[in-house]
Amino acid sequence: MIGARKDLLGLEDLSAEEIVSILDTARTFREVLDRPIPKVPSLRGLTAANLFFEASTRTRLSFELAEKRLSADTVNFQTSGSSVSKGESLKDTARNIEAMGIHLVVIRHQSSGAPHYLAGNLDAGVINAGDGTHEHPTQGLLDIFTIRERRGKVAGLRVAIIGDIAHSRVARSNIWGLTKLGASVTIAGPATMMPMEVERFGVKVARSVDEAIEGADVVNILRIQLERQRSTLYSSLREYARVYGITSTRLKRAKPDVTVMHPGPMNRGVEIAQDVADGEHSVILQQVTNGVAVRMAVLYLLAGHKAPDESATEHPPVKETKKAHGEPSLHPRR
Amino acid sequence: MASPLCIRGGRVLDPARGIDRVQDLWIVDGKIAGLGEDAPADVRSDRAAEVLSVKGAVICPGLVDIHVHLREPGQEEKETIESGTLAAARGGFTTVACMPNTTPPLDDRPRIEYVIRRARESGHARVHPIAAVTRGQMGESLTEIEELVEAGAVAISDDGKPVRNAEIMRRALELTRPLGIPVIQHAEDPDLKGDGVMHEGWTSTRLGMKGIPDAAESVIVARDALLAELTGGHVHVAHVSAGRSTEIIRRAKARGIRMTAETAPHYLLLTDEAVEGFDPRTKMNPPLRSARDREALIEAVVDGTLDCLATDHAPHTDFEKDSDFDSAPFGIVGLETALGIYLKALVEPKLLSLPELILRMTVNPLRVLGLPGGTLEAGVPADVTVFDPSRRWTVRAEEFASKGRNTPFQGWELPGQVLMTMLGGRVTYRAETLLAGAR
Repeated sequence: MIGARKDLLGLEDLSAEEIVSILDTARTFREVLDRPIPKVPSLRGLTAANLFFEASTRTRLSFELAEKRLSADTVNFQTSGSSVSKGESLKDTARNIEAMGIHLVVIRHQSSGAPHYLAGNLDAGVINAGDGTHEHPTQGLLDIFTIRERRGKVAGLRVAIIGDIAHSRVARSNIWGLTKLGASVTIAGPATMMPMEVERFGVKVARSVDEAIEGADVVNILRIQLERQRSTLYSSLREYARVYGITSTRLKRAKPDVTVMHPGPMNRGVEIAQDVADGEHSVILQQVTNGVAVRMAVLYLLAGHKAPDESATEHPPVKETKKAHGEPSLHPRR
Repeated sequence: MASPLCIRGGRVLDPARGIDRVQDLWIVDGKIAGLGEDAPADVRSDRAAEVLSVKGAVICPGLVDIHVHLREPGQEEKETIESGTLAAARGGFTTVACMPNTTPPLDDRPRIEYVIRRARESGHARVHPIAAVTRGQMGESLTEIEELVEAGAVAISDDGKPVRNAEIMRRALELTRPLGIPVIQHAEDPDLKGDGVMHEGWTSTRLGMKGIPDAAESVIVARDALLAELTGGHVHVAHVSAGRSTEIIRRAKARGIRMTAETAPHYLLLTDEAVEGFDPRTKMNPPLRSARDREALIEAVVDGTLDCLATDHAPHTDFEKDSDFDSAPFGIVGLETALGIYLKALVEPKLLSLPELILRMTVNPLRVLGLPGGTLEAGVPADVTVFDPSRRWTVRAEEFASKGRNTPFQGWELPGQVLMTMLGGRVTYRAETLLAGAR
């Protein structure tokens, strides 16, 4: 269990101890992934539903893989071709899914707070796989896991987050998690992409990207999107690349062994230069691998398991719980 | 002459005439017969008179709400004129002005007449329709304003949406000026609002919600103050939510510009922090704003910058409101909780006296609309509200007369239980247990 939680909705809600407990559990699963047969029976008999109301490739694949590596049965649901496009409400969709006996629900939704709504309406555990521009807790966890793996600690590190903070759920989850674990976070981006009173997160707001990167241990580069509805926020991708794009020249201001991260998918040559994306400092692919381990840990803990003993790397314990194997509820509580 | 009714022992508040004293209120044939000794002797000596004792309660002119959505025609699943006016009666209101954003909108004579007829057939309050400024509320071409007024419209508004085009706003003000009716503006710049769902501030930043800056409201208030000055027309600003708007209105009034304004109960008790749990019952437009805005609004109510205390009663079905925040419609119900909330926000903390409150809920909205009434003068229809300002009650949405249950005040304890509402001498609401004797 993560505390006594049924759901993982955001890192704002978690204590530092809970975050560390998830990261430690993830380390165990990270080792499982390197085995010849990277699969454990921990969630056998449980069914996880991946509800993706918004397009996603890597997060959906990562969750699905994590569920399969834990031996859960999985069902996938995507808005195109589903009854949501016929006007069915989130509530009815959720009730139908629960009537099918689902134990864990992974939800990606374009509306901030949608997973919180589901969590309040379902007995099943709910994992937020990204809600609007609010949080993306498993991305935050996998980023912090990767930082910890590379730099051995989180406390005291200088982390720069560059890009559209206002519209980034990745930024929010990273900021909550990192500041709780004692890192010092500096953000930079166009003024139009800085949300109001952002300094109240406990972050420093740099005046330029160079200032933010100066002496940084970690640079986390956010994907920039300038589609139609955000067209008033900035002039062009070209201008963005010139002013905020992370190039190897710019990166020289950071610590020599700086760790470069990106949640993907990348716009190469825009927010991140080609040689930085593929360079020696980049851990972008490790982030993807670690994502599976972190999501396994979250699923495992929410299914009612205790964090495994750190030394018990052989096999995470398989524990049957009442919740996991009891009768699934047909009556969502309110 | 029918048997007179005497409402006895209450504190009679008739702020328009400066009356505030414990006195009998006599009612005969649906009209006010007089106060105490001023009532005709034959009325006072009528042995068939019914006496209703309301010791400790306030007796005041029936409350007036300048801003409600009755949803009829077209959205009867949300509210009807019958259910909405029943909610009004329960809340102590005898008169409401209803907004034209129905389906279809109230933009021609038959639709205005339809509302008036339905109110006559099934209403429990006086219903004054407000007509649309533009056809279909599309913001493009003006409605036939004079005919709509002839049919009974008391104002024009595209509420739900702003009159976005400054030229159309100018022309509407020019055309309404000789008619003596206001243009009621839903002050909101649609570009600044964008697809925002809550106030833009630290809470929206934290929750990752799209924000609506206070300037979205205030820039239109400022523009309209200039247009009112240009035309001499009367702009009434609906549901003011932002402190900066009150500064503009205050200055406009000081310059002699014909600008009046209202606010709604929730802006005086709640702030954007209430959105914290993503509860769609805290979603309305304009949104709940910052603590600073809330303080500024209260100050503006006290100094009279905000003339009217309205509700912006906006019923929706449970189905619509039981969803994620973004998908839910804007709006909450207000008629059945407004008096209690205003008492709690303004009178209990001693910011406003009871007579001053009643003024802002009776005479002021009527005067904005150019309507008579709002007093307990002898000879006027007996529109009377009796409430006990000290009696506390708990908000239970499931017991509302309104079809809408969408209130953020569910479970709150409020002062000021309504004991009786009377429309032209007919009891439209009576708290059974408290007034067993009344008929």
